[in-house]
Amino acid sequence: MQTLKLILKNAMRHKLRTALTVLGLVVATLAFGLLQTVVGAWYAGANAASNTRLVTRNAISLVFPLPLSYEARIRGIDGVNGVAYGNWFGGIYQEPKNFFPQFAISTRSYLDLYPEFVLNDDQRAAFERDRKGCVVGKKLAAQYGFKIGDVIPLKGTIFPGQWEFVVRGIYEGKNATTDTSQFFFHWDYLNETMLKTAKPRANQVGFYVVRIANADNAASVSRAIDTQFKNSLAETLTETEKAFQLGFVSMSEAIVVAIRVVSFVVIVIIMAVMANTMAMSARERLAEYATLKALGFGPGFLAQLIFGESLLIALFGATLGIALLFPVAHAFSAKMGTLFPVFEIAPRTLLLQFLAALTVGIVAAIAPTLRSTRVNIVDGLRSIG
Amino acid sequence: MKLPLSYIARNLWTRRLTTALTASGLALVVFVFATVLMLDEGLRKTLVTTGEYDNVVLIRRASETEVQSGVYRDQATIAASHPSIALGADGEPLVSKETVVLIALNKRGTDKPANVVIRGVGKLGLALRPQIRLSAGRMFRPGSSEIITGSGIAKRFSGTAVGETLRFGQRDWTVVGTFDAGNSGFDSEIWGDADQLMQAFRRPVYSSVIVRLNDSREFDAFKKDIEGDQRLTLEAKREQSFYADQSKALSTFISILGMTLSIIFSIGAMIGAMITMYASVANRVAEIGTLRALGFRRRSILAAFLAESLLLALIGGAAGLFFASFMQFLSFSTVNFQSFSELAFGFTLNPAIVIKSLLFALLMGFVGGFLPALRAGRMKIVDSLRAA
Repeated sequence: MQTLKLILKNAMRHKLRTALTVLGLVVATLAFGLLQTVVGAWYAGANAASNTRLVTRNAISLVFPLPLSYEARIRGIDGVNGVAYGNWFGGIYQEPKNFFPQFAISTRSYLDLYPEFVLNDDQRAAFERDRKGCVVGKKLAAQYGFKIGDVIPLKGTIFPGQWEFVVRGIYEGKNATTDTSQFFFHWDYLNETMLKTAKPRANQVGFYVVRIANADNAASVSRAIDTQFKNSLAETLTETEKAFQLGFVSMSEAIVVAIRVVSFVVIVIIMAVMANTMAMSARERLAEYATLKALGFGPGFLAQLIFGESLLIALFGATLGIALLFPVAHAFSAKMGTLFPVFEIAPRTLLLQFLAALTVGIVAAIAPTLRSTRVNIVDGLRSIG
Repeated sequence: MKLPLSYIARNLWTRRLTTALTASGLALVVFVFATVLMLDEGLRKTLVTTGEYDNVVLIRRASETEVQSGVYRDQATIAASHPSIALGADGEPLVSKETVVLIALNKRGTDKPANVVIRGVGKLGLALRPQIRLSAGRMFRPGSSEIITGSGIAKRFSGTAVGETLRFGQRDWTVVGTFDAGNSGFDSEIWGDADQLMQAFRRPVYSSVIVRLNDSREFDAFKKDIEGDQRLTLEAKREQSFYADQSKALSTFISILGMTLSIIFSIGAMIGAMITMYASVANRVAEIGTLRALGFRRRSILAAFLAESLLLALIGGAAGLFFASFMQFLSFSTVNFQSFSELAFGFTLNPAIVIKSLLFALLMGFVGGFLPALRAGRMKIVDSLRAA
């Protein structure tokens, strides 16, 4: 108890210095937590993937389509209990910077395969009835103010022309990690237009989503699908939805790695600041440490004092940083809109923040402790800080 | 009456540990700051050298990239007959009708695929891009299943070195050469014969038509003719601006992310500098009093402490730049959001970045050192002499 009192008093001796150090720690833990959350947001698609869904696409690359006739053949493969298909539309809403994912989907089968997109029955029925209807996610609707009945014009880039869609439903996510920034419309509408304007491009599908009865059979069913179409004009590549999403992450892996590295750099910076603070405190108090030693206190007690102070400051700063992360992340997510469809703070991030602060506190106290325990009493009493 | 610089430098030397810790914090911030600027510069350089100013790219209207575009054979022929197009030595117009698609290739030593641009070119494709040189092997023969790979691809993807084969479009394609495009975007591409690739991919349309103009001043008129022609659904862009537009999103992303990080980090480093300088002032109260008693002015004291902080920042900044300069040996490859394909670029250091980084370091030193220096300048002589 007495020791704790002494530590507290020591920490408050230089109010300005301690306050600045705490402020630095708050900024660092906050930045670290935010960067970790950004990296997490990158993996959101992969983390939300279901393990009973496979994605089949053209083996050459995603820009090549597959024939519509594959649907029935995939359905006939053992272990498959649902097939849907879709096309990436890639249209522009007003201007290129308003990017959000748009898919032309095989209406009913697609929505059945994705139970995490929660759409009430009336809206779903209205969407299914209207050829030009579309469904938008809650987050997307919030960003651009889409309401039921609005007409959304999109300029086609892959599929030329001016397209118009009527909002018939707004879906919500089943849980916090569901992506609600997407835009769905009828594949049939797209196909009819293609039949009129560019016949060779009609009856082509961008990707198939396949539901399997048993998640353990993912590998064998994938192989069965790919063997089915081997040596055809459009060979397929089938993988689990998670692997498919991770493929996108790995494309921009260099950026993810850079953000990860940089998030640790900020911890190193603050470690230098904290170590500096502790080194100064110890230097100023050498005479006191010598006095304590002369009174008979051992090196263990000095170590307790210095480590205690360092950890106290570090953990106090970190606690503030962690507390601030929630409002800051919320504001950041609101500002970024659909760029990060899912922006959730993972429990692991909070743990990492805490561990980082602990490390900073411990590392910062090492050098001053060594110095104070080694100092011999006569020299210490002579020192003038 | 000014305080000598040696006095300032010696003060930093006396508290070596503290100086080193503070400077290393500043160095890390400057390192991040400089690296981001170098990356953005590298990306810009890669894309500016990709396009020739006199070349014009024709793509389908409203398609933003070559991969999304489709140009019918008859439209390509009409466009290629425009009188503004320069003629080569043999009287043929300088035109390359090209097809561009993406194929998924695995990186060497992994099973992680990335999208790579494969470009089918006409026989003048190379002539239209003077920056490209064959660095190994030979040019592909027209009408055969042969391909050549860019230097950025040959290093990183399996099956792309000279003598190896790639399988796509139901054929085996032999790599017969690698080319060096002077660190431009073409280094991240694979080239082959346009007609052969169109057959293999069963795409009966070209993606783009590249033409060289007689005189680059004719561009506006040429653009008006092409875009106003009822038979065509094309738009014309200068090759240089076409490639610059392709990377706008990536470049914006890198700079916003980098600047945000630099600003957040600089707060930490400035706090470090402030703590150091406050301690430096607090430890030398009697010294300051003595200096004032000797007749040094408040101004000189303030200047001396500010100079100390700036010198500290300069040491940190120089160290950060020193380490950042080694980044030039690395290359960075990521997916370009707009064209959806892999792009490799390097870190480029130039004098402007050096100056910006050092100024950034000095700014941090100034902000961190201003308040402590002010405190030092405002001390009363009698009180500070007593403080010993």
